[in-house]
Amino acid sequence: MDFTVALAQIKPKLGCLADNLAVMEAAVARGIEEKAGLVLFPELALTGYFLKDLVPEVALSLDSPEIARLKELSRHIAIAVGFVEVSPDYRFFNAALYLEGGDIRHLHRKVYLPTYGLFDEQRYLAQGERFRAFDTRFGRMGLLVCEDIWHLSAPYILAMDGATTLLCLSSSPGRGLSAEESLGSTAAWQKLTATTAMFLNCRVLYCNRVGYEDGVNFWGGSEVVDPSGAVIARGRTFEEDFVLAVIDEGALRRERIFSPMMRDENLFITMKELRRIERERDC
Amino acid sequence: MDSRVNTKLLRKVLVGFIREEVEKVGLRKGVLGLSGGIDSALVAFLAAEALGPENVYACIMPYRTSNPESEAHALLVAEQLGLNYRVIEITSMVDAYFELFPEADQMRRGNKMARERMTVLYDHSAAFSALVLGTSNKTELLLGYGTLYGDMASALNPIGDIYKSHVWQLSQEMGVPEVVIRKKPSADLWAGQTDEQELGFTYREVDELLYHMVDLRFSRAELVAKGFAPAFIDLIYGKVQNSHFKRRLPVIAKVSNRTIDRDFRYSRDWGK
Repeated sequence: MDFTVALAQIKPKLGCLADNLAVMEAAVARGIEEKAGLVLFPELALTGYFLKDLVPEVALSLDSPEIARLKELSRHIAIAVGFVEVSPDYRFFNAALYLEGGDIRHLHRKVYLPTYGLFDEQRYLAQGERFRAFDTRFGRMGLLVCEDIWHLSAPYILAMDGATTLLCLSSSPGRGLSAEESLGSTAAWQKLTATTAMFLNCRVLYCNRVGYEDGVNFWGGSEVVDPSGAVIARGRTFEEDFVLAVIDEGALRRERIFSPMMRDENLFITMKELRRIERERDC
Repeated sequence: MDSRVNTKLLRKVLVGFIREEVEKVGLRKGVLGLSGGIDSALVAFLAAEALGPENVYACIMPYRTSNPESEAHALLVAEQLGLNYRVIEITSMVDAYFELFPEADQMRRGNKMARERMTVLYDHSAAFSALVLGTSNKTELLLGYGTLYGDMASALNPIGDIYKSHVWQLSQEMGVPEVVIRKKPSADLWAGQTDEQELGFTYREVDELLYHMVDLRFSRAELVAKGFAPAFIDLIYGKVQNSHFKRRLPVIAKVSNRTIDRDFRYSRDWGK
C-alpha cells in the first residue's frame, strides 16, 4: 500500500532520556498531523551516541515506562526508534524497535558494533545475534542499525527473508573532508543506500541524526531511496529536519518486474557455497 | 594531501561546532587571544559567524618585545569583525616574575608569556561567562609546537584538526585580511622570529608528511617510497612522539577499580 513516511532527523542530548522523549513526542505529533503512517528516528535517538560508561544508566528494559509511552504513541503512527536495551540477564544492546498499533512488532539488536577508528561500541555493548524480517501494515520490513548495513550479508538476509522495505537507523559521524562537495562519510553512505536498494530491489529508509558530541559532528542527510536506487527525498545536512515522502507501492511492483534480481536470487547455491566455506574454514 | 579542501563545507562544520558546543553548556559567548597571526584571526572569524561579533571577546596581549605589527594586525581583525576587544599588556606580570630569575632563557620566558595569556583568558572566561576558544592548528598540535597549559589550553578548539595549509585556505574563504594571511607565521617571542626558520622546514612540507603519516597511516617504507627523506621522516616522527604528553591529560597513578579517564569514561558533553 502507499503510505507516507517521516524521517525525524533530530539532535539527541547525550544521556537525557526525558528531553529526547519529549523531542520524539513532538515529532510523532507532527508526523500524525502530516498524515504519515510511519516515523523513523535515528540510532540511539533516546540517549545520544557517545555514551561510554553512561550505557547502563540510560538503558531501558522492554517493560520500562518510556517504551510503554512509545508503544502508546504507536497506536496513531508506526514508530522505528533506537535506544539502549537492557536484557533480563543484564546485557546492554544498541537496539531498535518497530512499534505499531500499540505493540512491539520487532526488536533488532545491532549485530555489527563498530570498534575501530572513533568507534568503541563493543567495549560497552553486547552483540545482537539475528537478522529477521517482520510483517507490518505497510508490508514486510527489515530493521538495521547503522554499521549493520555496511555488512552485505545483513540487508541480503533481510531481503531473502521477504523484506521489501529496509529501515536503517543511524548516528553517522561526519569525517573525511576533501575538495569534494560532501564529506567522505556522506558520499560513502549515499553510495551504500542507493546500491543496497538497487541490488535487493528494496526501498531503503535511512534516518541519520545531527548535532555534535565532543566535537564530532553527525551529518544528517536522511533519505528515502526507492527500489531502483533513486533518492526520492533527502534531508538537509548538519541541521535538524523532518523529511516526508510518499512511498509508492507501484514503484516497488514495477521495479521488481523490470529488474527481478531478487526473484532469481538462488538461495540453494548461496547456502551450498557458504556451507562449503564454513567447512573449509574449520580445517 | 588534498591540496585544496572544500572550504565552504569546512566553514559550515566549524561554525556549527562553535555555536552548538557553546550553547550546549548554556552559554552564548566566546573569548580568545588575538595575536595578530592567522590562526587566532581565523578562529575570531569563525566565532564571530557562530556567535555574533558582539558575543566574542578578544584579548590582545602584547609583551614589550612583541612586534608592534602583531598588535596592529590583531586590532585590524577585531575592528573589521566588530568584536569586543581589549589590549592587555602582559609585560608587568611577566617581568615581575623574572626579576626573581634573571638567568631564565628564551624558552622559559616564552612559556611564561603563553601561560600568562592563558590566565588572562580564563579570567575573562569567568568574568564574561564565555568559553575559551583554542587557536592551535593540527600541525602545531602534532609537532608539540606550543606551550602546555599556555596557548594549548582552551575549552573548545575549532581548528585543532586542520593543518596549517588548510588554515590558509579557510582564511581566504572567511575573508581574513590578506596582510594577516600573507605574513610569515611567528610565535613572536622575539623580533624576527619565524616558525619555519625555527622549525627548520616549511609548513607545506611538514603538512604533506604528517598527512601521509598520521591521516593515511603510511608506513615508514611507504613514506620513503613516496619521496620523503628518511631523516625528515624520523625527525617528524620523533617530534610527534616526544610531544605526545602535551596532548594528554596528566597521568594518574591507578589504585582503584575506576580511575578517571581509564575505566571511568564519559564524554565531555555528558548530559548536554
